[in-house]
Amino acid sequence: MDFTFTEEQVQIRDSLRRFLTETYTLDRRRAIARAGTGCDPEIWRQFAELGILGLGIPQPLGGIGGDAFDALVVMEELGRALVIEPYLSTALVCAGILVRAGSPAQQQLLAGVATGENRLALAHDEPDSRWRLDAVATRATRKGASWVLNGRKAMVPDGAGADHLVISARTESGVSLFLVPGASEHMTRTALMSHDGSSVAEITLEGLRVPADALIGVEGGGLPLVEAASHVAVAGLCSEAVGAMDALLALTLAYVKTRRQFGVPIGSFQALQHRMADMLLHAELARSMSYLASAKLGVRSVGERRRAISAAKFLVGRSARLVGQEAVQIHGGMGVSEELATSHYFKRLTLINASFGDMDHHLEQFAAATTAELHSAALTTIHSTPATRRSVPDSRSPQARPGR
Amino acid sequence: MDLNFSAEEERFRSEVRAFVAAKLPAAIRDKVLGHKRLEREDFLTWVRILNTRGWVAPSWPRRFGGQEWDPARQLILEEECALAGAPPVLSFGPRMVAPVIMTFGNQAQQEYFLPRILNGEHWWCQGYSEPGAGSDLASLKTRAERRGDTYVVNGQKTWTTLAQYADWIFCLVRTSQEGRPQAGISFLLIDMKSPGITVRPIVMLDGEHEINEVWFDNVEVPVANRIGEENAGWTYAKFLLGHERVSNAALGPSKRALRELKAIAAATPSGGGRPLIEVPRFRDRIAEVEIDLMALEVMVLRVIAMDRERHTPGPEASLLKLQGSQIQQAISALAMEALGPYAALHQPLALSAGWTGSSAGPPLGLGITGRYFNYRKVSIYAGSNEIQRNIIARHMLGL
Ligand SMILES: Cc1cc2nc3c(=O)[nH]c(=O)nc-3n(C[C@H](O)[C@H](O)[C@H](O)COP(=O)(O)OP(=O)(O)OC[C@H]3O[C@@H](n4cnc5c(N)ncnc54)[C@H](O)[C@@H]3O)c2cc1C
Repeated sequence: MDFTFTEEQVQIRDSLRRFLTETYTLDRRRAIARAGTGCDPEIWRQFAELGILGLGIPQPLGGIGGDAFDALVVMEELGRALVIEPYLSTALVCAGILVRAGSPAQQQLLAGVATGENRLALAHDEPDSRWRLDAVATRATRKGASWVLNGRKAMVPDGAGADHLVISARTESGVSLFLVPGASEHMTRTALMSHDGSSVAEITLEGLRVPADALIGVEGGGLPLVEAASHVAVAGLCSEAVGAMDALLALTLAYVKTRRQFGVPIGSFQALQHRMADMLLHAELARSMSYLASAKLGVRSVGERRRAISAAKFLVGRSARLVGQEAVQIHGGMGVSEELATSHYFKRLTLINASFGDMDHHLEQFAAATTAELHSAALTTIHSTPATRRSVPDSRSPQARPGR
Repeated sequence: MDLNFSAEEERFRSEVRAFVAAKLPAAIRDKVLGHKRLEREDFLTWVRILNTRGWVAPSWPRRFGGQEWDPARQLILEEECALAGAPPVLSFGPRMVAPVIMTFGNQAQQEYFLPRILNGEHWWCQGYSEPGAGSDLASLKTRAERRGDTYVVNGQKTWTTLAQYADWIFCLVRTSQEGRPQAGISFLLIDMKSPGITVRPIVMLDGEHEINEVWFDNVEVPVANRIGEENAGWTYAKFLLGHERVSNAALGPSKRALRELKAIAAATPSGGGRPLIEVPRFRDRIAEVEIDLMALEVMVLRVIAMDRERHTPGPEASLLKLQGSQIQQAISALAMEALGPYAALHQPLALSAGWTGSSAGPPLGLGITGRYFNYRKVSIYAGSNEIQRNIIARHMLGL
């Protein structure tokens, strides 16, 4: 067991934090949000220089080959600075898919990801899918040497500005993934604004024709790739939320020490002290779960990975809600004004919860994964001799429900 | 014991319902129900329509143009209007400054101001809070110096709701530094057109302009616009706080929001084939907040009955405000969650009346997340929930 970060990780953290503190001010962020593109080219170039864009890409493919905890460190800092750039989509989620399953030709894009030339986005969710990974209605049909795609993709994070999209579609043999240039004929991308300043896209595919080699991995093999990518996304979002909660807690703590009412700092009121103690508790629980999520990204057992990821996303969502709401409340009127960073953290934390599955979704996933394990354990018990019996997994399901 | 409204009250409810159905302009109703931005004229149009029936402030005494309704009728009126999608009649005029003018103002003030509240000629805003004086209101610093027949006012108010629309502002100002902070405060009525007043917008977290800073730079206010005695303003302000009772429970708006929440959940696919409202995990949470709302409603009726008996408002208003605000927040959170991934959509252009484009996302989704963000305010304003708990602890529990 070891909870220390490596020297390199500390270095990444420090240099990224320094850069963001100096550059990524609230005003700069406002300007990026107003522009509606969700990405500031200058910031992106600096990300490339700092080396973080190549973190999820092995060296032979042009990256620097980091692990899940390197990503965690970066995402925490991005959360702390409220960064809205498409880092998660590009450098972790989509790069991860191409590293895992891309053809050598497709993987050539990755060097450009590391240098900041290529931005990527995953177009998977659909208007009616509500985060269910297998609810893919978009179709891909084979026409000679090409595939023709028809369907709609909804709320695609960073989808409008991406140079390439990873699009999921159903073929005869199941869900498959395709790598498609962002500017393609018969594909309409509508850029929409998110409440947190980032950019999302609605995408319509009407006879989009792509060559056979646009297929990523094998036909029908898309779902496990999407699931792995969504686990990477969840772990990233959890780390981001932890960074945001850290910053918000620090802001709130500073506020209660300086804001005076009734002749004393409001931090001297026990009612507020207790609430801040709870905020700290929940932020620390979230940090613990974000570590767990990142640690489990690499485990081979899908069931174990699913349980950890859903547990983390649920708990982090609950913490994020509590910490966000309380921070606003404790700031009084200042908390609901746009002027302070407080409300921006609150909004981002709220929307992290609505990204890659909310609390209800992951509670259900966790419960389902737990039940599935119990079933298979029970079967093992029946069919195996006592000597080879597997231990029954921990069957405690969380009774705690989201506080409201 | 009888928890029902009387037959007479039920008849009255039908009357209100028919009136609102016939008179509420569809364009205004659609804005309210569709979470679009309301303009000054929308509020005023509705006030003028209500005034044709004497329903702007029907609980006022008859001699001031009211009908001396009891709170039960008032509740029915507010609820029916809210459910039908009418804009709220804002408290600042009829339920805040008016009772103060009636009780502590002189005859000239009563004759001038009260009719203009009823007919919508005067839009009032509330100038209490300052940057340094929120929960601790008595520490306010805006000063009024007496020069002959006028006060010269200097200072700053903040968080002033809809001051950008207001014709008049009622202010607490400091007229003396002597004694306890509460002792040196006076209650002034100030014309917003007075030279020296500047209104600066504060953008809220949902991106909307609802509150303001109001600056006073050597603003001259006739002494005739002071309510009651100099330095006795705190007493009047406290009186006013006791008057804002039942509306803070927000029963009508919460019932409307609950109805809308169910409609959203029924129209939202859960990803598993059935609508979200049939998913037990979500349905149960709607049920829970509905049960909370039922309890609050009965509690409101009990408080109304208590007030009838003892003729003075008690501290129970704090219970109503506390729980009323929590229910408003809970419903707005559920509605946002119901939208799933679409909760993120921010479409400020689509909120304006002139918008003719289409909006993205589910049809019932517009403005829902913005409201969740905006409604964090309801546990902060009108006495934060911490302050309400302090009041409950002190005045109901004797701690
Ligand atoms: C949307 C909105 C509209 C408003 N409209 C108006 C208006 O029209 N006119 C007007 O005059 N004012 C208005 N207000 C101001 C409102 O009344 C104040 O925001 C409120 O009184 C809280 O004051 P504050 O913001 O200064 O917070 P503070 O008083 O600084 O409070 C900060 C935090 O400390 C807590 N706190 C303070 N004292 C205690 C204590 N003794 N014990 C425990 N906790 C405590 C508070 O609950 C809060 O959580 C509005 C506010 C909002 C948000």
